Amino acid sequence: MTTDEVAKVALLARLRLNDQERERYAEQLSLILEFIAQLGELDTEGVEPLAHGVDRTNVFREDKAYPALERELALMNAPKRSAEGFLVPAVLD
Amino acid sequence: MQLTNLTATEVVAGISARKFNAEEVAKAFLDRTAKLKNLNIYVHLDDEVVLNQARDVDRRLAAGEAVGPLAGLPVAIKDLLCVQGEPTTCGSKMLANFRPPYNATVIEKLKAAGAVLYGKANMDEFAMGSSTENSCYGPTLNPWDPARIPGGSSGGSAAAVAAMTAPVSLGSDTGGSIRQPAALCGVVGLKPTYGRVSRYGLIAFASSLDQIGPFTWNVPDMALMMEAISGGDPKDATSLPDAVPAYSQEIEKRPERLRIGVVKEFFGEGLDNEVAVAVHNAIEVYRKLGAEIKEVSLPHSKYGIAAYYIVAPAEASSNLARYDGTLFGHRAKDFSPADEAEKDLPALVRMMMATRAEGFGAEVKRRIMLGTYALSAGYADQYYNKALKVRRLIRNDFETAFKDVDFLIGPTTPTPAFKLGEKAANPLAMYLSDIYTITTNLAGIPGLSMPCGLSSEGLPIGMQLVGPAMSETALLQAARLFERETDWHTKRPNI
Repeated sequence: MTTDEVAKVALLARLRLNDQERERYAEQLSLILEFIAQLGELDTEGVEPLAHGVDRTNVFREDKAYPALERELALMNAPKRSAEGFLVPAVLD
Repeated sequence: MQLTNLTATEVVAGISARKFNAEEVAKAFLDRTAKLKNLNIYVHLDDEVVLNQARDVDRRLAAGEAVGPLAGLPVAIKDLLCVQGEPTTCGSKMLANFRPPYNATVIEKLKAAGAVLYGKANMDEFAMGSSTENSCYGPTLNPWDPARIPGGSSGGSAAAVAAMTAPVSLGSDTGGSIRQPAALCGVVGLKPTYGRVSRYGLIAFASSLDQIGPFTWNVPDMALMMEAISGGDPKDATSLPDAVPAYSQEIEKRPERLRIGVVKEFFGEGLDNEVAVAVHNAIEVYRKLGAEIKEVSLPHSKYGIAAYYIVAPAEASSNLARYDGTLFGHRAKDFSPADEAEKDLPALVRMMMATRAEGFGAEVKRRIMLGTYALSAGYADQYYNKALKVRRLIRNDFETAFKDVDFLIGPTTPTPAFKLGEKAANPLAMYLSDIYTITTNLAGIPGLSMPCGLSSEGLPIGMQLVGPAMSETALLQAARLFERETDWHTKRPNI
C-alpha cells in the first residue's frame, strides 16, 4: 500500500492524516494485508459467503407506530444545534 | 467478614437474608476501589450515584417490596454500554462528553433485577485492542502484576472483578474481548451465542460479531448473571427469541453427554509451555470425571485472524462512520484546510475529517482505514467476499467437530498476561493474542474462559470451553463440573 493509496482511502474514510501518519499506515497496513493474503491459499470456489454467525432472516414486527426519542433528548448531545435541529457547516456554496 | 471477598451469589444471599445491607456492600466496594485507584480500572464512577441505588434497594427491602434476583449486587459496566444520562465514552475522546439518551437493554434488565450499576470500566477505544492500552484514559493495570496488561478490550471489566472492586461485571466480546482478559486476570468470562443477549445500546464495533457477556469469580455467579441479561429483544432484530433456561438450577447437573474434543490446532507453535501443561492437566481432570476425550481438528482455524481482520474492520468502518461531528460526539473547532489537497474540499467534509482525526486514536484509525480499503471499489471481492467465504469454512469446521464431540477445549490465550508496551508498536503481534478465541465469533457460537492454573511467575492461566450455538446450559454444566474438582477459581491476587 503506497502513501498515495493511503491518502485516497483516508479521504473515503473522512480521516485527516498528516505525512507521518500516511507513511506509518502505508507500512503497517501493507504488513497486515500481506498477512491477510494467506486467505488466497484457500480454494473457496462455490463456497456460500457467511455474513452472520446465526441464520436469521426477515424478522418482522407489527406495522405500528411507536413513540420515537423525544426531540430534546435526540438533540442533547449535538455539538451545535438550534432550538429544533442540528447545525452543520454550509453544504452548498 | 470481608464483603469485597464475596461472590455475587453470596452478596445476593447475604442481602436477602439481612446479614448486611446493599449500602454496606456498595460502601465496601467503593472503599476498596478508592484504595486501588492506581490500577485505573474505572473511567467514570460516582460514589453518590452508586450509593443512592443501594439505598433504594434497602428501602424497598424494608418496605417488603419485590426487589429482583440481583437485589443490591454491584455490577461494573464496560464503558460502551449506554446508561441513560451517565458518561458512556468507549475509551475515546470522540465520546468524551457523550451522555446516552436511553439505556441499553442489558442495563434495563440489570435495573429490573435490582442490581446496582457500578462504575464504567476502562476499555480499548471502541473495543479495538487486546490490552486496554488503546484507551484515551491510559491502560488498566493487571491486578496480579501491575507491570502487565489485563488483556482487552474489556480489560477494565476483567480487572474490576479480579481486584475485588466489584463482584461481577459486564463486557463485550467481538474477537475475544471477554475471554482473553478473563484468562489473563484469573476470572470466568463468557461470550454467549450470538443473539443470546440483546445488543441494543451496546455501542457497535462489528455488529455481526459483537456480543455482551459477564465476568465472574465462578460458574454459579455466571449462571446468575446470564439468567438476568439473556433473552430476545424487539429492539435487536438479531437477538434470539428462545426461552432463557434457569441456568442457576441447571448448573449442578452433569451435562447429558461429556465428549470433549481437544483442538489440535490450538496446541501448536506459539503456545507457552506452562499454558499447555495447565490445559493438559485440566483435560486429565475431565478424563477422571469420565469424559470421553478425543482429538479434533479445525483445519481452517489458522485463517481465523486473517478473515477476522477483514470482516471486523469492514463492519467497523461502516459503524464508526456515524462519528462525524454532526449529531453527537466531538466536533473539531478548527477545520480550515490543512494542506493544498484539502482546499478543494467542502467545509462540511473538512469538518468531518478534522473531527475524526482529533477524536479517534491510532488503532481505531488503522482499522477504519483497513475496513474502508477492503470494501472499496475493486477490492471488495478480493478481500471482503473472500473473507466471508472463509468464515463459512470456519463455521463448517465447528459443525463437523460437533458431530463427534459436545465441547471443545483448549487454551484461551497463547501466553499469560504480557508486559505493558510489549506489543504496542506491533499491531499484528497484538492481533495474534486472540488466535484461539476469534473463530467462535466468526461462527456465532459460545465460548467460556475459566481459570485452570498459575504460571511460575504467579500469573493466571485460562482454558476455553466452546460449545455449539445455544449450548450455554451444557457449557456451564461442564465448566461447573471442573470447578467442583479444582480450586483455581478461588485464587485471588495478593493486593
